[in-house]
Amino acid sequence: MSILVNKNTKLLVQGITGRDGSFHTQKMIDYGTNVVGGISPGKGGQTVHGVPVFNTVADAVKETGANTSVIFVPAPFAADAVLEAAEAGIELVIAISEGVPTLDMVRITPYLKKKGTKLIGANCPGLISPDEAMIGILPGSIFMKGKIGLMSRSGTLTYEMVYQLTHSGLGQSTCVGIGGDPVAGLYYEELLQMFEEDPETEAIVLIGEIGGDAEERAAQYIKEHITKPVVAFIGGLTAPPGKRMGHAGAIISSGTGTGAEKIAAFEAVGVQVARQPSEIPELLKKLLKI
Amino acid sequence: MKIHEYQAKEILARYEIPVTNEILCYSVSEVQTAAQELGFPCVVKAQVLTGGRGKAGGVKLVRNAEEATLAAEKILGMDIKGFTVEKVLVAQGVSFVSEIYAGLTIDRNTKSAVFMVSREGGVEIEEVAKDNPEAIFKFAIEPDLGMAPFLARKIAFALFDDFKLVRQATDLFQKLYKVFIDTDASLVEINPLVITSDNQLLALDGKMTFDDNALFRQPEILALNEPSEDEKKEIDAKDKGLSYIRLDGSIGCMVNGAGLAMATMDMIKLYGGEPANFLDIGGSSNPQKVIDAMNLIISDKNVKVVMINIFGGITRCDDVAKGLVAALEQIKIKIPIVIRLSGTNSKEGLEILKNANLPTVETMSEAAEKAISLSVDFLR
Repeated sequence: MSILVNKNTKLLVQGITGRDGSFHTQKMIDYGTNVVGGISPGKGGQTVHGVPVFNTVADAVKETGANTSVIFVPAPFAADAVLEAAEAGIELVIAISEGVPTLDMVRITPYLKKKGTKLIGANCPGLISPDEAMIGILPGSIFMKGKIGLMSRSGTLTYEMVYQLTHSGLGQSTCVGIGGDPVAGLYYEELLQMFEEDPETEAIVLIGEIGGDAEERAAQYIKEHITKPVVAFIGGLTAPPGKRMGHAGAIISSGTGTGAEKIAAFEAVGVQVARQPSEIPELLKKLLKI
Repeated sequence: MKIHEYQAKEILARYEIPVTNEILCYSVSEVQTAAQELGFPCVVKAQVLTGGRGKAGGVKLVRNAEEATLAAEKILGMDIKGFTVEKVLVAQGVSFVSEIYAGLTIDRNTKSAVFMVSREGGVEIEEVAKDNPEAIFKFAIEPDLGMAPFLARKIAFALFDDFKLVRQATDLFQKLYKVFIDTDASLVEINPLVITSDNQLLALDGKMTFDDNALFRQPEILALNEPSEDEKKEIDAKDKGLSYIRLDGSIGCMVNGAGLAMATMDMIKLYGGEPANFLDIGGSSNPQKVIDAMNLIISDKNVKVVMINIFGGITRCDDVAKGLVAALEQIKIKIPIVIRLSGTNSKEGLEILKNANLPTVETMSEAAEKAISLSVDFLR
């Protein structure tokens, strides 16, 4: 088991003929992800890396029975692409596109809710259930199948963590990059619940960042609903206030969302917070008694 | 992106939200003329892209020509949190009975715009938010409905007992929401929104910031951008595919990925050093990017050592290593470099760096420790 994606995932790539879409389609196929189709309006009938291209998501779903879609289209069109996938009945949409206007995300949220579509991102690296499916731009080779569920607001920091987990013999059930934007799809609470319910996951790693109060809310959620051990790491503890550190979400405004507040919130509910990435494997091993 | 108060109020006025009569001035003599025209009392307000103007002495109430001159002389050229005051707004004095706070921003949790109002408007609103959060009413706005008249009325009734004011506010709040949506703002704030002594609502101040991701479709807003010197450097870096923010320390950082870049800064601090910058070079091994990044780092004279922290994910470490070697051959830098390279194909990458006589370390913590000790040696 794993969460969200597995061997039964049938994936569409929206924006498959673009440079990034095409490149990462190949990587996903190489990893073993079941890529069943791509979408590029006006290019229906072509193939990319042997994958059939359709003009609309609806056409692609009808022909392939796809249940998941990943979005590589440029940011100004990304929200529309998410809506198109939701309308066509796709259950899980992963938006990789970076730079999507915040109000676009606000506007599409009610429709996704109405259709029951799950969204990850935008501005995220994607997700992976090792040995089953990799969706997005994650470097598949550093992951290893196992029992740790991981969620993160950052890309390379996630890879850094995963690399250390894998080298310590701690494999992963599923790793999810939730993205660094102010308004994103699935957040910590939903993913924590999924990991809690996943029989394969034995412990959870949460990689947070300064800004907002998502980590504080996650801490509260853990206290109330999560029985599995959770360890955390917060990036950006020393970032100056008011500066946007690459991620639009990682900005401290008027004294809230600081790293210290987040660490305190986690420690108050018994979640250990690593002070540097290399401490994570040891903390996990102690908690799992291995 | 931030804009000045006078620009925000120009936008509000365009949406027929009542704002104070005011004139923008660049010199003492312009202030004198403006004050005469508007009449006394009036207020001279520094226009800088930062908060806390009032507390810094950048806002003065003046009662006559002499005071206006003194205030203009004092405020023009004043430094407020690193920003030099180059222009001031002279605003007509208004007598009012009460100060309201009204603001719109995005709430991550409801994933919607949220309208915030309080009867306790004024300069202390942040303290109110901290000490007495119940005094701030929050209304999440469903994007499908927008600021429907009933919702605007509901918010107005939360603030006012006088139906005349409710009616004015209902109209004003709908306009404010329209400004927010039309301009892709991330914050629109009127603080204070006053009730004048003749029972009219009037915006005494205005603040707007905008979603950088949406500027591509907001050319009129983008045209208002006035980047500071540091921001110009950041914009220049962005054009080269780099995300750069200057800080005050001595250890220059070059990292791939924003999250890892933040964690690298944290690591340097954890071991007692001070990072000179945040720099995310993104996911490419292009030597030109490394050269641009290196030039950017060493353009900061405080930098005593450069710490390069690369995790090879999609980009393979051997490609990154080749890029680094090519870049460092082209620019000869005199200060020491510490390289930490890890991830996909790291073995091959480290071999390439070793052959090029570039010193490497294995972990982030080692890199931080070494960079700090080198920066200290350099100072001796």
